[in-house]
Amino acid sequence: MAQPPQPSPESTPLLSMTGIVKQFPGVRALDGVDFQVRRGEIHSLMGQNGAGKSTLLKVLTGVYTRDAGQMLLDGRVISPRSPLEAQGEGISTVYQEVNLIPDLSVAENIVLGRQTQRFGFIDWRAARRQADAALARLDLQLDVSASLNSYSIAIQQMVAIARALDEECSLLVLDEPTSSLDQQEVARLFGVLRRLRDDGLGIVFVTHFLDQVYQISDTITVLRNGRLVGEWPAAEFSRIELIARMLGRDPASLTEAEAGAAPPSPVAAAEAARLVAHQLGRRGQLQPVDVEVGAGEVLGLGGLLGSGRTELARLLFGLDRADSGRVELAGRAVRRGQPRSAIAAGMGYSSEDRKVEGIIPELSVRENLILALASKRGLWRRLGRAAQEALADRYIQALGIATPDAEKRISELSGGNQQKVLLARWLAAEPSLLILDEPTRGIDVGAKAEIMALVADLKARGMSVVFISSELEEVVRSSDRIMVLCDRAALGELRGESKTEQAMLARIASAHQEVSGG
Amino acid sequence: MASLGRIVSSRHFWPLLVFVLTLLLLRHLSTDFFSISDGRVYGSLVDVFVRGSQVMLLALGMTLVIATGGIDLSVGAVMAISGAMSAWLLTAHEASAGVAIAGGLGVGAVCGLWNGALVAWFGLQPIIATLILMTAGRGIAQLITDGTIITFHHAAFEALGKGYALGVPISVWLVLGMLLVIGAVVDWTNLRLSIESIGSNATASRVAGVPVARVRLLVYVVSGLCAGLAGLINAANIAAADANNAGLYLELDAILAVVIGGAALSGGRFSLTGALVGALVVQGLTTTILTSDVSVHATRVVKAVVVVLVCLLQSPAFRARLQRMIRRRP
Repeated sequence: MAQPPQPSPESTPLLSMTGIVKQFPGVRALDGVDFQVRRGEIHSLMGQNGAGKSTLLKVLTGVYTRDAGQMLLDGRVISPRSPLEAQGEGISTVYQEVNLIPDLSVAENIVLGRQTQRFGFIDWRAARRQADAALARLDLQLDVSASLNSYSIAIQQMVAIARALDEECSLLVLDEPTSSLDQQEVARLFGVLRRLRDDGLGIVFVTHFLDQVYQISDTITVLRNGRLVGEWPAAEFSRIELIARMLGRDPASLTEAEAGAAPPSPVAAAEAARLVAHQLGRRGQLQPVDVEVGAGEVLGLGGLLGSGRTELARLLFGLDRADSGRVELAGRAVRRGQPRSAIAAGMGYSSEDRKVEGIIPELSVRENLILALASKRGLWRRLGRAAQEALADRYIQALGIATPDAEKRISELSGGNQQKVLLARWLAAEPSLLILDEPTRGIDVGAKAEIMALVADLKARGMSVVFISSELEEVVRSSDRIMVLCDRAALGELRGESKTEQAMLARIASAHQEVSGG
Repeated sequence: MASLGRIVSSRHFWPLLVFVLTLLLLRHLSTDFFSISDGRVYGSLVDVFVRGSQVMLLALGMTLVIATGGIDLSVGAVMAISGAMSAWLLTAHEASAGVAIAGGLGVGAVCGLWNGALVAWFGLQPIIATLILMTAGRGIAQLITDGTIITFHHAAFEALGKGYALGVPISVWLVLGMLLVIGAVVDWTNLRLSIESIGSNATASRVAGVPVARVRLLVYVVSGLCAGLAGLINAANIAAADANNAGLYLELDAILAVVIGGAALSGGRFSLTGALVGALVVQGLTTTILTSDVSVHATRVVKAVVVVLVCLLQSPAFRARLQRMIRRRP
């Protein structure tokens, strides 16, 4: 069980990547990775954030060029330098977002850029025939002259696949194709994928939904920290082992007994719950959940990437508009979809996406640091310059932010120091509940330890914290209770004795078994 | 040497240098560059400031709008509406100067509110939202003037454009006043922080609790007010409201002024004084060319050349390339 079985030698792989290295400044994103896909196989590529999945796909599809290693397709050495070149070699990619042109017709979208021309004009009759043929391969019949946006996202996704599947295509890469599809649409897409597999195509599939991995894959390859962990036939690779491998844990330590030892505890009604969310949810994002957090309590949200933990945080804070349920903080109702209302009630949210939802790149450390407090005071009540500087200096010292002075542009700081400024931004606003979404992502070990210590300190001072991290060990260490999420739904809570990493993994894995069994 | 380097790399240096050079040229060309008689200032230098006052006012409002990452194409048309409104009040209703001024400013603010609502509440692209009023605005002004050019005689109102106070033209005082008021408001409140934050990263600003929609709405209202005031000065200057020509193309001069003043069209940091210097560069060039023997038809071309130069000199990429070229030579 511990050793990945060797792939059978009799079938020469369609794609064979060996010893792939990709170096970025300061980080080795891929460190000698091997990856093989055979004809007539659906191959899932799995891994946590930063595992190297997307880098490997980008090397494969010509977005990046590799620094070392070999790439063979059908026995030929290939080195695509652009997605177009990769497509010429027979590698086609379909991305998460449908990147077609919604206002053009289905036929136009399929043939765009490779139309048959007659006397310099596009031969539309040939184009429609081409489009019909491409769709027929997917067993789809559509009115190809209708505009693309008159069809559902699922159909659009399939049109994207039809476009990707020109005659030379032998390897199809699907990067999170199902994230905006509902269950029936996923089933339909999977039907098409199986058909293509049976036609002898090699398919690489990337998704965050574990259920889907087991529904569709023949083979699973796991990456972690830029290295290959192993390759397994899906049928012989248990869910719990997959999760353990992705997280770099020893699957032997996760016994079946422990898997059974973590019953979902009902959400206890803490007498002094500070945050109360009732049936909070949003279609396609999170199934309705109840959340309670007491004063001075740290609630950890445990789960893999895409499990719904960030989605829950965003609904609590109002960054996304919930379509069901309500949120109350310290007795004050938080209006749906309005972060300012959440902030006024005493909430703070440090986003996982530091660059897009965190820093204001052009402004100084001081301005970034006081932004939440200044906004909380309102547009017209300015914080005096002296008070601003005092606050900035205080937090630069308290959190050990490495910057020559408070007037330096925040974009010139390192990632860890930017993260500390963002934490300081919320601390300065003195919230009663702070949501920390991946506060330790992409920062060095020293800064990580400091941020973890800070969370403990906040708790000691009576602040409530909702803590999210991909490092399950961090979640276990810093949380009083853990709410386990998987596939955009809450699975229950772990607390006290049962609050261990193993129990968390077991819950996630067993949830999948229940779902697929039932 | 180090301090000289700092001066040269300051974002006001190149626009100011160009302005001073233009003035030197203008002084060489004009018979009366600067004089004082009866305790009042006269001359082509004063002309630059008086004629430039309208663009300077527009540039003040435009700076705030551009700093949030937006743009206001409608200011020229709003000038026409405001001028028409005040002229109509003066003639059809024989209103006092105060009422006419209030009417012009009020209609300017309403126009700004309209733009701001489209951008902040309905999420329209600023360039599209303000294009609507840019094209429709002159039609509205014509509805007010009933398709004619309204002329009037009203000494108190005309003083806005032609009068003097303490020896200095009133229009110049108005610019100074608006600069001080807007400057004080943005710096004594959280407005500057909020505006620059929105222009630099609107999504992160929303997460941090900045009232993004309210600030956006406000800057368009301020821009509308500034355009309203510029429209009043324009009407007072010619003692008439010309719906077709008042403020024609001035929105482009105002945008130019803000860019020359060193602001990025993508938003972020802004400088009100920088925008005024930019407006003076634009007006200084126009006045100098008109004073010189260069054909009037060449005005726009010459202006364009100078503007391109100023913008290039402010561009970090261009300056780095220039430095490499200079260094390569022994």
